Amino acid sequence: MTSKVTEAGSISRRRLLTTASAGAALAVSPFRINLLQAEEAPIKIGFPVPLTGPYGAEAQDQVRAGQLAVAQFNDAGGLNGRKAELVVRDDKLNPGEAATRTLELVEKEKVNFVVGSLSAAVQLAINNVTKERGVIFNSISQSDAINEAADFSKFTFHEALNPHMTSGAVGRYAFAKFGKKVAFLTADYAYGHEMVRGFLEVGKEFNIENLGDIRHPLGTTDFSTLLPRLQALKPDILCISNFGRDQQIALKQATDFGIKKSIQIIAPLLSHASRVAAGPQAFDGVVGGCSFYWGIEDKFASTKAFNDAFRKMYDGKLPTDYGALGYGGVRTVLEAVKAAGSVETDKVVGALEALKYDYYKGPQYYRKCDHQSVQSVLVIKSKSKDMKNESDVFEVLSTEEPNEKNLRSCEALGHKS
Amino acid sequence: MAGLSFDLIALQLFAGLALGAIYVLFAIGLSLIFGMLTVVNFAHGAFYMVGAYVGLYLISIGGNFWICLVAVPILIGLFGLAVERVLIRPLYGRGIDYPLLLTFGLSYVMVECVRIAFGKTGYPFDTPEVLQGAVNIGVGYFPLYRLFVIGATAVVLLALWLFLEKTSFGLIIRAGARDPQIVRVLGVDVSKVWLIVFGIGTAIAGFAGLLAAPLQGVIPEMGGTILAEAFVVTVVGGMGSIGGAVLAGLLVGVVVSMTSLFAPEMAKVSIFALMAIVLIVRPQGFFGRAGLMS
Repeated sequence: MTSKVTEAGSISRRRLLTTASAGAALAVSPFRINLLQAEEAPIKIGFPVPLTGPYGAEAQDQVRAGQLAVAQFNDAGGLNGRKAELVVRDDKLNPGEAATRTLELVEKEKVNFVVGSLSAAVQLAINNVTKERGVIFNSISQSDAINEAADFSKFTFHEALNPHMTSGAVGRYAFAKFGKKVAFLTADYAYGHEMVRGFLEVGKEFNIENLGDIRHPLGTTDFSTLLPRLQALKPDILCISNFGRDQQIALKQATDFGIKKSIQIIAPLLSHASRVAAGPQAFDGVVGGCSFYWGIEDKFASTKAFNDAFRKMYDGKLPTDYGALGYGGVRTVLEAVKAAGSVETDKVVGALEALKYDYYKGPQYYRKCDHQSVQSVLVIKSKSKDMKNESDVFEVLSTEEPNEKNLRSCEALGHKS
Repeated sequence: MAGLSFDLIALQLFAGLALGAIYVLFAIGLSLIFGMLTVVNFAHGAFYMVGAYVGLYLISIGGNFWICLVAVPILIGLFGLAVERVLIRPLYGRGIDYPLLLTFGLSYVMVECVRIAFGKTGYPFDTPEVLQGAVNIGVGYFPLYRLFVIGATAVVLLALWLFLEKTSFGLIIRAGARDPQIVRVLGVDVSKVWLIVFGIGTAIAGFAGLLAAPLQGVIPEMGGTILAEAFVVTVVGGMGSIGGAVLAGLLVGVVVSMTSLFAPEMAKVSIFALMAIVLIVRPQGFFGRAGLMS
């Protein structure tokens, strides 16, 4: 016992000496500057999004608006002078790439938070990494699975709409109006599957008849072999659940095939950037949902303020739906940091859960059990006439107000209530 | 899903042939260059993409689609000539993988340059007004523009066939492909022949890109997806055989179309399954000459 104490004492004496000499060496070396800087290191937000590939147009808007949220935070003085920084990475719309980039962001860049992703499937890959590393991840793209107990963690937040809410809102509008016979053209991955499931669920209330669901791989460039079959089914409604360039090409080619003459095309989500990239003809008359449209600025002061700030930063350009999500995803995290007065994960999680916010589209909050942002869903129609400016592309047909009733229940998702 | 009618199957068959025509147009340039020069041109998709962008640019400065139909192949052909003269020519006589790697790298450079010049976001490309809409072809409605693409492909094929088979220069090209050494001994400047073949191949790629633009819009990555399909067509048809590329292109289109009808999820896989079967039964493809790769 005695000898042990002595031993321990001698080690600690030796260690003390080493530490002291190392400290002395450090005090005079240039290393010291690094240490001092580390104390004031910026708050880093990792931002993995698919900058290249079929969803590139939308991803670039996410980055632009994310930068705006960071700039506003910094201009307002940051966290007691500590500035924030967006660390953008291209996940190439690939789960493996996204996981690697996220790991790199966490390990090498030492990011404090991760916000981003633009794919129902890729966000789960990012979430797997952040969940394991205990880093807050605010997802800004649609997914139902991310709400479910199996994928959820206390670090997981979901600022975007989920397919259940989106298809619910669009279905309730369209099935009441356009008819009961519905055919589906669906991107064959999580996003498409979850959307169709949502449409069929809400369709039960309206007794819709499902004529068939044709699935196509992600990144399809030619739909000419699928369209005759869909046309022959003679539906009242053709529901096209795909996104980005797939949506652009599918709508363009459906228009070429004359499908719109006798069939109403609906889409769970109409992407603003895709509508601009594909032109007015392809999207003309298509009805779908979205989380944000700049045109609601007459209704909400927060939308007006966001639009104006975006215009100012980007030469008069207006923000898009996915841009707004990039803004919302980053801003909520930074506001929570301010409220918590710290970047400590647990404190920020608590602050995010307590947030009742209206930053760009009216009132929102994160539901306690699954951290899903409860928010409004807009039902919109694409127009090709009477456009006041290049961003005047949609007409808002109806708004489904924020309501937990339109979400799947916490119990259904497998959370303990 | 019920409701398989004769009309639907006929329309589906036709859609397959129309899709096949697009494959043929794209693969023909690839096949031509490989057959004559034994250069596997991995930048073919990039030339296709640049063709679409040049069309987009010409229209934005006041041109129209019909002018583009003539101007784009000429401009892309000239670009192809420059690429052959400066980059490919020094590699003749080395292994087949030298030009392959070079063109592979070149395709990345071209895509990145277009991203810098035009941005990463795609652009819409409107179908010319007179070709908009769908027409009744007896078994159902079919987009007029796709019929136009079939016609344009037929014209290109006919012109290429006449040029290769009926002109004396075509004779030299064919002879050069068989045995460049003998042709050289006979006093023909083979390098000039190769230069022109490469130019024609890339001009057709640019033309195909322009024709594809109204079908799917333009985006820097548009050449990537079609390149895989074009290689399948070239391999199935037989590397270097133009007739083989035509037959294989149409066949691949019909296979995709018919699979789409019965099992749409399998459509993308079906063309590779077709390639695997053909390679097992006939490794050189339909009309391929054995030993071209060696």
